[in-house]
Formats: sequence, C-alpha cells, structure tokens
Amino acid sequence: MAVVRDDVMPVRSSDDIVRVRQEVRARAIEIGLSLVDQTKIVTAASELARNTLDYGGGGTTRLEVVQDGGRRGIRLTFEDKGPGIADVELALKDGYTSGKGLGLGLSGARRLSNEFFIESKPGEGTRVTIVRWK
Amino acid sequence: MAVAADWAGVISRHHDEIIKGWLQQLRDDGTLQTGRIKDAELEGECRRMLALVGPELAHGAAHSPLGGELRDMLVALSRSRALQGFTPSETSNFVLGLKLPLFGAIGVDYPDQADVIAGATIEATRKLDRLALLTIESFQKSREEVIIRQQREIAELSTPVVKLWDGILALPLIGTLDSERTQVVMENMLQSIVEHSAEIAIIDITGVPTVDTLVAQHLLKTVAAARLMGADCIVSGIRPQIAQTMVHLGVELNVISKASLADALALALQRIGKRVVDTAGATAAPVEFLR
Amino acid sequence: MDRIPILKMGDALLITIQVDMHDRLALALEEDLTAKIAATKAKGVLIDISSLEIVDSFIGRMLDNIAAVSRMLDADTVVVGMRPAVAITLVELGLSLTGVKTALNVERGMLMIQNRLRGLGDFSGRRS
Ligand SMILES: Nc1ncnc2c1ncn2[C@@H]1O[C@H](COP(=O)(O)OP(=O)(O)O)[C@@H](O)[C@H]1O
Ligand SMILES: [Mg+2]
Repeated sequence: MAVVRDDVMPVRSSDDIVRVRQEVRARAIEIGLSLVDQTKIVTAASELARNTLDYGGGGTTRLEVVQDGGRRGIRLTFEDKGPGIADVELALKDGYTSGKGLGLGLSGARRLSNEFFIESKPGEGTRVTIVRWK
Repeated sequence: MAVAADWAGVISRHHDEIIKGWLQQLRDDGTLQTGRIKDAELEGECRRMLALVGPELAHGAAHSPLGGELRDMLVALSRSRALQGFTPSETSNFVLGLKLPLFGAIGVDYPDQADVIAGATIEATRKLDRLALLTIESFQKSREEVIIRQQREIAELSTPVVKLWDGILALPLIGTLDSERTQVVMENMLQSIVEHSAEIAIIDITGVPTVDTLVAQHLLKTVAAARLMGADCIVSGIRPQIAQTMVHLGVELNVISKASLADALALALQRIGKRVVDTAGATAAPVEFLR
Repeated sequence: MDRIPILKMGDALLITIQVDMHDRLALALEEDLTAKIAATKAKGVLIDISSLEIVDSFIGRMLDNIAAVSRMLDADTVVVGMRPAVAITLVELGLSLTGVKTALNVERGMLMIQNRLRGLGDFSGRRS
C-alpha cells in the first residue's frame, strides 16, 4: 500500500476537532468518495478525535491518502499518550462509556469504516487507525 | 552465481534496439492492429517502462515488493487498456514482449558466458512475469469496477421513485435485491424524500422474490434514516415466504407494513388527512392502484 | 464567544444551526435554550439542522439533552431538515434520537407543534 499524501494535525482543543473534520472532508472529496461515504468517514473522525481530546488528554491525528493497486483510500490514525484503555473489548461495546458520553464513539467509528485497528496500553496511550476505501 | 550481469549497462548500451525489438514484438502480437492505440503512444509507454524497469532488474531482489513508480505506471496502463477494450493477454503481452529483446541484448554483451546469461535471464524472467501478473490483476480489477458501476447505474434506472400524491412517494422494487442495489435504491429514495418534501414513502416489495439478512438490514436502516429525516415508511407486499425467512433469520421487520401497495396508499392518504370516497353512481373499489 | 441565536416564532422557539459546531457552542446553546424556554413559556422547540454536514454522538447527545430538558419544561422538541447522508450515517453510528420528534422542514415542524397545541397530536403519533 503506497502513501500518496501524509499530514499530521494536533488535537488539543475542540477547535482542532473541527479542523480535523474539515481536513478529512477535503481528502474524502479529493479521492472521490460518495457523499454518504464522506459523511461516514468525517463522522468517525469526529468521534475518534474527540476521544483523543477527552480521554487521551490530547494528541494527534494523522491523515493519509493511500493507494492499493487501483483503489484509493483514506487512512486516519488517532494517537495519544494518555491513560490508555484497560479493557478494549468493553470500550468497544455499544453504549459503554466511562464518562458522560453515549458510548457510541469507538463502536460507531468501527461500523463507519472499512478497516479498524486499536492498540492501547494502560499508562502509555492509545492509537486507533481507520481506513475507508473508495 | 559468480558474476552478475550488469543490467543497467546492458540496457543503456542497447536502449534503442531493445525498444525497437519490443515494439516489433508488440506489433506482431497485434497490439496495434485495431488502432486503439497509436504507434507513438505505445513507444512512449515502452520508453517509460524501460526507464523504470532498468533499476528494478539491476537492484530489486526477485521477491522484494515492486517499485512504487513502476507499479503505479503498470496499474494505470492496465486500467486504460481495460477501458479501451483490450484483452487480458494483449495487456500482459506488453510486459512479456520486453523479454526477447532484453535477452538478445544480454547475449550480445556476454558472449560465451552461458552461466551469466542463464542467471540473468532467470532472474529477469521472474521479475517480468510478476509484472505481467500485476497487469492482469489490475486489468481484472478495473473491469470489475466498470461492472460494479454499470450495475449501480442499472439499479438506479430500473428503480424509479414515483410520486403517488403530494407528499407520498412509492418505490416499487422488482427483481432480486442484492446488498449493493438495495443501498443505491435506498439512498435515492431518501434523496427523493427531500426533493418532494414527502412525508410518507411506500417501499413496495411485491415484485421481490427473496430477501436475505443483509438486504433486510438495509431496508430497516433506511426506514430508520427516513424517520430521522422526518418521514415515515410503509413496507408493502411482503410475500409470505419472505416474512417467514426473515423471522427465521431473526430479522424483525419492525416497521409499518401493509399487504398490498393499494392498502399502503390508503393508509398513507389517511395519514396526510385525505379520504377516498365513492362518487355518485360509481361502484368501483375506492383505491385501485395499478403498477 | 459566538452564540447560536434563538428566535421566537409564535409559541415556538427556532434555532438554526449553521456552523460547524464546536463543543463550547453546543453547551452554551443548551444553557441559553433552557433559560429562553422558561422565560418565554414556549411550547415547542424547532432545531433546524439542514445546514449540518455531519451529526456525531456529541451533537446527538446535545439534541437528546435539549429534548429532555424541554420536555420537563412542557415543550416539544422537533429536529428538522436532517440531510439523507447524515441520517444514514447516524443510523450506522447507532444513534436513534428516540427522545426527539423529527420533521422534513421548518414549516412541517411548526405544524406538528401547532397540532399538539390544538390537541390534535401529530398525525402519525411519530416518535415521542
Ligand atoms: N483515547 C482514549 N484514551 C483512553 N480511553 C479511551 C480513549 N478512547 C476511548 N476511551 C474509553 O472508551 C470508552 C468508550 O468510548 P466511546 O465509544 O467513544 O464512548 P464515549 O466517548 O461516549 O464515552 C470511553 O468512555 C473511554 O473510557
Ligand atoms: Mg467518544
């Protein structure tokens, strides 16, 4: 899989989340995603960037345009050095929240993506990667 | 292998001959015959690929991942071949046609060194075969994309959203629903709801022989999405077998459903505050809707 | 800080969300709206989201919260104008907004609120 474009954005405030959404939208349009697919990836990005901010204490979002043979996609990586997630399986359950959320961020982002990976170590941080293909 | 062939040197010394031989090979294979591609264009492609393949032969190990630029070029080339109507073998012959001229050139540069020639030929054959396979794969993928796109277009064409009344739309589905078609059709329906400001959409599946779990789920999601937009859906014409399958599949169609499109229309009219009455003298059934 | 304007239209309050909402704005809106319902004795709240290109669970929760608070203050909340792509995505996300009523546009939403006031109920008994 070749990386066609690669940007890293900070996630330190709720304004940064807005910027991440806008940037993901621009990339999604660039690779020709349908309106519905654009909306899906932007929504997933919004959820994950918010987790980075709210639970991870801030971090970064990496936006990559990737190419695999003839197809293009967007790969997003949300990374923080926060407290990590002790029980990832539990965190991925619909409705589970340790805060005041609806508990749909992780599980929903997974449904809205074509590929979803999560790595988290308590005390070290969390990295969530999603891919949406054209 | 004691001495490795110097591919870079061979290619630069015999560049023009190789290109010529390669083009001749392609002509003999018939790549140019139908006029789908021009001589000059083909020659440009050969030159570009030779420039990229040189370093690959000189350095890349047989099993290393294919170089990015070469790979991208071949993917793009195969794609355009697929769209222009070439066959898969014509497409892969583009790469394979390079073999003979290359091997001819190496024979000239290493006379009497059979082991060098053999080693280099085997090595180059492996790499070029992989590249040829790549072109076939990409060709296939592009064809599939074309087919998928056409299926989408057909699905859209074959499933018009019709306005039955002010504020009432119907989506008469006919034929087998696969997940792809269902998705296209449903997205169209939601868009039509906005365009017509329709409060009610009737999804009529009288003409649908079977429904699988995925399609049933799409249907349910569409009903849920319509609700979020402020419209209601009525599903009509669910066949007994479909109802049974769905129950067995554990998919509960938790939606308003009516036996026929006519019943659904009657309900829809009632909901928007309209009533159908018999006029004096007429004895026909109140709402008879013919598709 | 910007705030989202709340307009009074008859017995209802109309909020048109036009910007890509950041979090503080959403929280300020919840607060302002609660105060405004109490002050105006409004019987309905229309939230026009036709400009929104996405609704995530944060905005979803805000809509749910507004609906819950309004209900306690005896006002109905109607979310109007959700775009198809947004609706499809919300369903996939798993959000059903069970606490809010929905309408295609502001006029329809207004009609729903008026019907309730006249004791007609909205025609479909749509989700309440
Ligand atoms: N980046 C993160 N760092 C630490 N914990 C996280 C992170 N992301 C998610 N979590 C945990 O997973 C839970 C579920 O997340 P999510 O599905 O987004 O729901 P919500 O945000 O509504 O709580 C969170 O409540 C939190 O405990
Ligand atoms: Mg979250």
